[in-house]
Amino acid sequence: MIWDSNFAVSVFPLLLEGLWVTIQITLLGTLLAAVLGLFFAVLRRLAIPVLSPVVSFFVVFVRGTPLLVQAYCAFFVLPAYGVSFDAFTTGVVVIGVNYSAYMAEVYRSGIQGVPSGQWEAATALSLPGVRTWGRIILPQAVRTVVPMLGNYLIQMFKDSAVLSAITVVELMATAQAIGSSNFRYLEPLTMAAMLFLAISYPASRLVNRLERRYAPQH
Amino acid sequence: MRPSTEPQPLSADVALAPDPIIRFQNVSKNWGSNQVLKSLNFEVAPGEKVSIIGPSGSGKTTILRILMTLETPTEGLVTVDGDTLWDVTAGQKVRETKQLRETRRKIGMVFQQFNLFPHMTAMENIIEAPIHVLGMGKAEAKERAADLLNLVGLGKHMNHTPPQMSGGQQQRVAIARALAMRPKVLLFDEPTSALDPELIGEVLNVIRNLAHTTDMTMLMVTHEMRFAEEISDRVVMFDNGAAVESGPPAQIFKDPQQERTRTFLRAVLQH
Repeated sequence: MIWDSNFAVSVFPLLLEGLWVTIQITLLGTLLAAVLGLFFAVLRRLAIPVLSPVVSFFVVFVRGTPLLVQAYCAFFVLPAYGVSFDAFTTGVVVIGVNYSAYMAEVYRSGIQGVPSGQWEAATALSLPGVRTWGRIILPQAVRTVVPMLGNYLIQMFKDSAVLSAITVVELMATAQAIGSSNFRYLEPLTMAAMLFLAISYPASRLVNRLERRYAPQH
Repeated sequence: MRPSTEPQPLSADVALAPDPIIRFQNVSKNWGSNQVLKSLNFEVAPGEKVSIIGPSGSGKTTILRILMTLETPTEGLVTVDGDTLWDVTAGQKVRETKQLRETRRKIGMVFQQFNLFPHMTAMENIIEAPIHVLGMGKAEAKERAADLLNLVGLGKHMNHTPPQMSGGQQQRVAIARALAMRPKVLLFDEPTSALDPELIGEVLNVIRNLAHTTDMTMLMVTHEMRFAEEISDRVVMFDNGAAVESGPPAQIFKDPQQERTRTFLRAVLQH
C-alpha cells in the first residue's frame, strides 16, 4: 500500500472533527475526574464510618478493572436497568469516573504531603474543619499534585480512544470508519496517530514545566 | 462550670490566691508503655509568666500540646479559666466536644517550626482566624493585623509570604497571628529552637515585650535559660514526666533545691 496524499487531504477535515470530540471528552472527563477524585480523597481521609470504607472499596474496584469493561458495562448493561445516556455522555462519565479513582490517589499523596504543623496551626487557631480543608490544606495539597494531574490528562487524552468501542465518534472511531468505508487504513490511522502526538507531546512538555513551577514550597 | 468544692470567701479580708487559669489535675499521658506525663499536678495563676525547662523527652512539650488540644491526655482533668478542657477517665474514648472547642479559643500557641501558612501573606495569615472564627469584619481584622505587625516590627512585611521571610520574621508573624485571637493564655513551644543564632534575639525581644506589657498568661517551653530567668515569674523544672522543682527564677537558677535541677543546669549552662 502506497501513501495517497489526495485521499489523506480529503479525509483530514473529518479527522479534525474526531479530534475535536476527543478533546471535548478529555477536558470534560478530566474536570469530572478532578472534582470527583478530590471528593473521594477527602472522604477517605475524613475516616467517616461506613462511607469512607465504601469510597475506598470503590476506588480499588475502579482501579482494578479495565476501562474497556467499565465502558461496556455502562453502555450495554446499565440501559437494561433503565440508566441510559447517549454514547458521548456515557463515555465522558465512564472515563471521568475511571480517572477519578487514580486522581483520588494523587490527591491523597498531596494531602499527606502537607506537614502536620499546618493542621496543628489550624487547630491552634480554632479554624473550623471546612475552612481548614478549603483554605489551608487543599490549596497546598493540590498545588503540589498539579503536574501529576496534568499527566493523567494526557493519559486520558490517549485512553479516550477506548471509547470508540462504545460508538463514541472521537478521533480513533473516525479513523476506523474512514478506513473501513474506503478500504484504506494507512492514511487515516497514520494521521490519527500523528494528531494524538501533535497534542500529547507539547502537552507533556508543558507538564514538565509545571513540575518545576509547582515544586513543594516547604 | 467551676468545681464548687471550695467555698468562695465571703469577706474580703481573707487573702486567697486567685483561681489558677490553668490547672492540671492528675494528668497522665502514655505512648504505649512509655509514660510521658505521670499523674501531673500543675497550676498557673492568671497573668503568670511561667517557663518550663528540662531535658528533652521530659514531657514539657506534651503539657503545651495537651493544652492546645493537639494531644489527648490518657487520664486526668485539665481546666482553663474555670472551664473544663479535658476530663478523661483511663481507657475512655475521647471525643472533641463543643465545650472543648470553646475552651480552646482562650489559648494560643507559637510553634517551634512557626507553622505559618506558606501560601498566604503575613496579613492573610493573621486575619484568617479573626474573620472566620471570631466573626470579625475584614476591615477591622486588617486594621488590627497591621497594628500587630507593627508591634512585632514587621509593618512593612504585611504582603510578604513566609517563603520570602527569614525564620525570625516568620516567627514574629506567627506570634502576631496568635495574638490576633486575643488569647488569655499564650503557649510558646521552644520558639527559638529552629532559628539561626543571629535571628534568636529579634524573637526574644518580641516575647520579652509581651511579657512586660501584657497581663496575658504565658507558658513557655524553652532552652534559653538566661531568657527564662529574665522574663519568668516562675520556672518549673521537668524531668521524666513530672515537675521536680518549681520556684522563682532566682531560686531555680542560683540556688536549686533538687539534685536533678542542679545536674541539668550544670550541663546546659556549661557552654
